[in-house]
Amino acid sequence: MRIGLLADLHANREAVEACVEALQALACRRWVVLGDLVGYGADPGWVVDWVREQVAAGAIAVLGNHDQAVIAGDVLSMSPAIGAVTAWTRSVLDAGQLEFLRTLPLQVVDEDRLYVHANAWAPGEWAYVSNRLAAARSLLATPAWLTFCGHVHEPALYHLQAGAASHFVPTRGVAIPLSSQRHWLAIPGSCGQPRDGNPAAACAWFDTDSRQLGFLRVPYDHDLSAQKIRAAGLPPVFAQRLGEGR
Amino acid sequence: MPVKLQAGLRIGEFSLVELLHEGGMSRLWGVSHAQIDVPLLMKLPRIDYGETVSQVVSFEVERMLMPLLGGAHVPRFFASGEFEDQPWLVMQRLHGETLESLLGSTPLAPLRVARLGALAALALDDLHRQRVVHLDVKPGNLLLHVDPLNQQERIVLLDFGLSHHADLPDLLAEQFNVPMGTAAYIAPEQVLGVRNDPRSDLFALGVTLYQLATGKLPFGTPISNNGMKRRLYQEPAAPRSLNPQLPRWLQEIILRCLEVDPNLRHPTAAQLAFDLMHPEQVALTARADLRQGGRLMAFRRWLLTLGSRVEADEHKALPVSRAPLIMVAIDLKQSNPALDEALREMTRRVMQTATDARLACVTVLRVARIGIEPNLDAEGRSRHVKRLVALRHWARSLDLPERRITYHVLEGTEAADALIDYARSNAIDHLLMGARGVTGVRRMLGSVSSRVVAEANCTVTVVRAHAVAPAEPDADDSTPVP
Repeated sequence: MRIGLLADLHANREAVEACVEALQALACRRWVVLGDLVGYGADPGWVVDWVREQVAAGAIAVLGNHDQAVIAGDVLSMSPAIGAVTAWTRSVLDAGQLEFLRTLPLQVVDEDRLYVHANAWAPGEWAYVSNRLAAARSLLATPAWLTFCGHVHEPALYHLQAGAASHFVPTRGVAIPLSSQRHWLAIPGSCGQPRDGNPAAACAWFDTDSRQLGFLRVPYDHDLSAQKIRAAGLPPVFAQRLGEGR
Repeated sequence: MPVKLQAGLRIGEFSLVELLHEGGMSRLWGVSHAQIDVPLLMKLPRIDYGETVSQVVSFEVERMLMPLLGGAHVPRFFASGEFEDQPWLVMQRLHGETLESLLGSTPLAPLRVARLGALAALALDDLHRQRVVHLDVKPGNLLLHVDPLNQQERIVLLDFGLSHHADLPDLLAEQFNVPMGTAAYIAPEQVLGVRNDPRSDLFALGVTLYQLATGKLPFGTPISNNGMKRRLYQEPAAPRSLNPQLPRWLQEIILRCLEVDPNLRHPTAAQLAFDLMHPEQVALTARADLRQGGRLMAFRRWLLTLGSRVEADEHKALPVSRAPLIMVAIDLKQSNPALDEALREMTRRVMQTATDARLACVTVLRVARIGIEPNLDAEGRSRHVKRLVALRHWARSLDLPERRITYHVLEGTEAADALIDYARSNAIDHLLMGARGVTGVRRMLGSVSSRVVAEANCTVTVVRAHAVAPAEPDADDSTPVP
């Protein structure tokens, strides 16, 4: 079975639609959403509804820090721009959508795989897997053979070895066979707000039979997403960065 | 407790038939499968020997890479898995001997060395184009296989346990603090930990050719890390000092492969193959006349090492495409000055885009379908030389240095066949040719360029001269005049 993975969707409807279409074309029949459904973007309601529908049909979704912030509504500790978008998101989601976010678990173990937004050692504290030592720490904190996480917006694949984990940046759409003899940590990259200089939406697929992992970059109409952010009166910087992928 | 392997044992969907080879690293079994009718080989690494971790990882690398490889120069992969604790991998079993079997009869004839070298370089070129560096090229990993379909020789590469794929995580990088490779053949930058430079394979092939041509190894068989590093500053003995029969062009090629600085080697395996296939066109340098590794050279090597050390950290894999082989087909029979100039201009532009590009200027000399090798007589020779002179004249204004340009007169009954075959056998990347005007002959037989475009296995650009548009025809009478 082939699983489609989306992380850091950030209320970006156009990016989610483009990734879903691309992953469906690759025969993905099941979805895993790695948190941060909302925040930054102008379509939180649509994205939450889509995820809720998939979860009702058997998909897995976990909680991200932006989702957590919207549920808590505590915007004082945030930077003004993020505080503004968090408060706005809370105001536009209906009770059912907020309730769905509240039901999201911090992590899910499925067979030999762990799905978690930030890391495996303290999922609720939101520390980033942003370097090889952090990757090794996360890999050592779980018995899972393969960890998928988000939070970090750049795609990456780590594997455990003596010392710091080995870091690999996927650059082309080559399917990577994951050896069953070592532990892996994969970050699909952000669907709704890519930050590696490439504005195309990031996502990934994993085939449970062939044990192959593929990273994808999908072009989408980021001008439209940016326009919606401006129209909603959200901080223009969040619109600006979509076109730059920064 | 490891599994006891014996004939008849079923592993996955395969049955063990006979033990073919029992090595220190792994065992090879001939196996059969109900639905597969090509001969099959199962490789099972030793896990019972208390062997090094690197061996286990090497097998893991091979299992990861082989399913992604294709083409005529690697054994076809079928399946892999684990049987209890014993990992296994099944691939096509190809008949032939590795070049190791020739080591007892060295020195080989220089032309045979060049031929084997060209076949190996073409195999490496195919691998490098799949974004893989082999990193363990040596006689024992080069299998000489004769294709049963066309009786043609080719080299098939074996053992990808140390290989690096540019699009996959490298399980071996920085994992071990000893250089990964075979001590006698390993490239200097590989000793320093660089694992993504295709030109490392050219160094190792150079060591192999040195050995086949002289019977000696240029750097011996060092057993320590420091011993391996010696190749960074010590010049090998000139091959011609060991085998005086060796032509200067072959020494030139071999010593270029053995340069410490990868930038001084051939930029691609295809360019190395090209030199080995066209000895008369190899541009000779001081390397061709070296008598022995002088102290000055050793010192130069040592100085260069300082550069390589820095480079080792920052080195990025070299895309093969930066050093393409360009071929321009020139029709000397139907000379058309405007088309000639347009073709030259396009050639100039293509050559300017890549400083390591090489140009082969090619023309086809038609020979009678039936006849007795017309080229052997004096008249034939003079026709051949005339064409060469004309090719040089055609290319003169391109102003390319000798090392970047070669000239070739092909013979054939059909120009298209000769060009397509040349492009294929020389691993040409890009073929440029002119489009001829519409003639009666072309109407009847179809154009050469359309066949080349359809059948050549490389990029083809067909160049047209700027056509002067004919005068507008008079307006149709029925068109209303406003």
